[in-house]
Amino acid sequence: MKVSLKVWRQKNANAAGEFKTYASPELNPNMSFLEMLDVVNEELSSQGEEPIAFDHDCREGICGTCSLVIDGKPHGPHKGVATCQTYMRSFSNGDQIVIEPWRAKAFPIVKDLVCDRKAFDRIQQAGGFISVRTGSAPDANSIPVSKENADLAMDAAQCIGCGACVAACKNASAMLFVSAKVSHLGLMPQGQPERYKRVKAMVDQMDTEGFGACTVTGSCEAVCPKEISLDFIARMNRDYAVSLIQGDPKQVAGGGAG
Amino acid sequence: MATLNSQIPAGPLSDKWEKHKFSSKLINPANKRKYKVIVVGAGLAGASASATLAELGYEVHNFVFHDSPRRAHSVAAQGGINAAKNYQNDGDSVHRLFYDTIKGGDYRAREANVHRLAEVSVNIIDQCAAQGVPFAREYGGLLDNRSFGGAQVSRTFYARGQTGQQLLLGAYSALNKMIGAGGIKSYTHSEMLDLVVVDGHAKGIIVRNLQTGEITRHSADAVVLATGGYGNVYNLSTYARGSNVTASWRAYKRGACFGNPCYTQIHPTCIPVSGDYQSKLTLMSESLRNDGRIWVPKRKEDCKKSPADIAEGDRDYYLERMYSAFGNLAPRDVASRAAKYVCDEGRGIGETGLGVYLDFGDSIRRLGEGKVRERYGNLFAMYHEITNEDAYKTPMRIYPAVHYTMGGLWVDYNLMSNIPGLFVLGEANFSDHGANRLGASALMQGLSDGYFVLPSTITTYLANVKAGGRPATDRAEFQQAEEEVRNFTRRVTSNNGKRSPDSFHKQLGKIMWDYCGMARTETGLQKAIQLIGDLREEFRTTVKVLGEPNGLNQSLEKAGRVADFIELGELMCRDALMREESCGGHFREEYQYTPNDPEVQQGVVNTGDVKRRDDQFAFVAAWEYAGAPDKAPILNKEPLIYEEVKMSTRSYK
Repeated sequence: MKVSLKVWRQKNANAAGEFKTYASPELNPNMSFLEMLDVVNEELSSQGEEPIAFDHDCREGICGTCSLVIDGKPHGPHKGVATCQTYMRSFSNGDQIVIEPWRAKAFPIVKDLVCDRKAFDRIQQAGGFISVRTGSAPDANSIPVSKENADLAMDAAQCIGCGACVAACKNASAMLFVSAKVSHLGLMPQGQPERYKRVKAMVDQMDTEGFGACTVTGSCEAVCPKEISLDFIARMNRDYAVSLIQGDPKQVAGGGAG
Repeated sequence: MATLNSQIPAGPLSDKWEKHKFSSKLINPANKRKYKVIVVGAGLAGASASATLAELGYEVHNFVFHDSPRRAHSVAAQGGINAAKNYQNDGDSVHRLFYDTIKGGDYRAREANVHRLAEVSVNIIDQCAAQGVPFAREYGGLLDNRSFGGAQVSRTFYARGQTGQQLLLGAYSALNKMIGAGGIKSYTHSEMLDLVVVDGHAKGIIVRNLQTGEITRHSADAVVLATGGYGNVYNLSTYARGSNVTASWRAYKRGACFGNPCYTQIHPTCIPVSGDYQSKLTLMSESLRNDGRIWVPKRKEDCKKSPADIAEGDRDYYLERMYSAFGNLAPRDVASRAAKYVCDEGRGIGETGLGVYLDFGDSIRRLGEGKVRERYGNLFAMYHEITNEDAYKTPMRIYPAVHYTMGGLWVDYNLMSNIPGLFVLGEANFSDHGANRLGASALMQGLSDGYFVLPSTITTYLANVKAGGRPATDRAEFQQAEEEVRNFTRRVTSNNGKRSPDSFHKQLGKIMWDYCGMARTETGLQKAIQLIGDLREEFRTTVKVLGEPNGLNQSLEKAGRVADFIELGELMCRDALMREESCGGHFREEYQYTPNDPEVQQGVVNTGDVKRRDDQFAFVAAWEYAGAPDKAPILNKEPLIYEEVKMSTRSYK
């Protein structure tokens, strides 16, 4: 099979970008989408044209590095998989495939199809953790977790941090991502002491980064390669409301042990 | 010759680590902040080490080439993590985990390191559970376990099929906590391109920012490499495409010895290769072997039939037949080679004939499809996505693929290389798995090194370093290292050649897989050394990198990594050629059991099993760079002295 690609090319963050069209060489339907790009890039190189920059790493759907909006849909045509797990058999001979980067104010484009997702790291640095020092943990079985909660926490924890939810959202909202992180820790007994402080800090950082508001259209859930549920957004909103009611913790006066 | 002192503490095996910790020097809390430590990598080992060192008060600078520290390839481990908790009351203990790991490594690991690993394993699970890692639980709320390749006890903790991601997210959250608290400065998109050695000590690194192309110098009181394994030397592997040997290799070229480079692990359960466009191989977790049965047709002529049309009596469940005690759970090297043999006999299945069946039919009949789906649903979905086949209805097709490298930079008991001040953790070092690693032990070692071992052992070094005395980055050593990095970039961007770095990588991978893969021979390895030498020369003159060096340039990144893989490939072949024995993942066809050997006649081993030669090869091969890529490297030997365990023939019958 052969396809034609309409690809976003942009030299760097400050340059203007444009679509360019390339004809693919002969492809095998069992190729992954990224292997198709490898083959196209090899051909571009041999013609002296700079290869298309795109993000990828594990190529098995778990590292969250790959992105790409394919024919208008983040991570391509299928539900519950990342771009790297999309195969050419999902397309037909002669198709034109449009490939764009994630587009969001908080994810500036670095080059071609590569954008910068450091905003996600900063949200987690603001509070996405349980403060436990190495060596201070009690025996693992001294903290039982009901199977129901452990399973639900695991559903949330599956998030791979790719940013497709943001790319799909008309408001470029990061609510699905942040709610998955907040819910994972908030559902575990270990996460209770910092539960409300955490949600407040992470949501505040999310707003600072320039992500938009959530209007619950559900496009994020529809494209999520791990099928993270919208329910987590509701859960986060509840926790956030509680954190607002609680207000900031009282400042404790300084002083020593005397 | 390099000086190798393993620094193994004296005394009984089970007391060594406790005694060592007690006898190590301490650093006053007020002084710790005066020491700066560079950590390269943020997988399980790098993230856990960075977080823990920062908690202790050191100034930590963490570098990753990824766009986020959460992307390291630890993320992809599926099956689980071992720990000697004995929560199942099935006879597990620290000593048993120690013994299994030593035996699994085919008696080529250090006893003292492995015992420490087994001791620390229990703390790791506590630490991860406290961080909120959502481990699988039983209905009573306590942790669930399963048994895993090579073990007869259930000591593996897991989080669905993505234990690696969950443990990494735990370590990443600890890292984030300390970045947020100001204890760690995090550099993303930052690839280490050289190690700077000042007065014989590791004192800094040269880094290229992959987004801007800017090259910077960083000095520190100690440098920690946690940069993973080098399996991508084979091009096709289960590694992430970005995984590379560059940090380790540049350290090797600055004088750090490379230990046992030929010890590579070929994982038995991967999805078979389908075409030459292929960029990676996908692993199916070997936890599948708990409930799946591996077979091929007894007769060659049945191979092209649909598996449903092959009667039960015409199937050869070869692992169950050859290794009755362990059956489908035989260790990885044993299972991989057995698959190779049956395919070499012409009984392989699938389009290429390089595949065997992994069949869940019996388990689905016994447990019901729902239970199988609960255990392995995501793996079956992944298999379906790649192959378009439904493994609930028809057996999976699997074949071995390169998965892990037990070799790595040589380190002593303190995880310090022979360059003082250079520490190496996780898969990047050679230390704990001998010639073969057991399933669910990689995650254990990464976290053991990072959370518990290095934070203790690094003080032994730093306590003798003057606080605040690290060198300025305008010293000649930094200038020279930076200049070498710039020279390489100039050369590959201005070459008149036409070939892309990727095309060289493919060619190298094929040489390595053919001659230094699952089975190796003297003539094959000699041929490979010749071919790789030619390839290195061709690369030097004809590789072409397009685009600008001042900005994101993925071809330039690949060129540097492939150049290092080519040199490493040659060293691996030299190591494999020198090691005239078979052990663990290293199989030399000249050294295998034959029907005439008494062990075969007594039924201890099978014909074709690995034949170790303890009298001559019970040592760590630590290779030293001779100053130029075309000069033969120098072999240093660290003898392996066993005080506790008797080296015996590894039997899984």
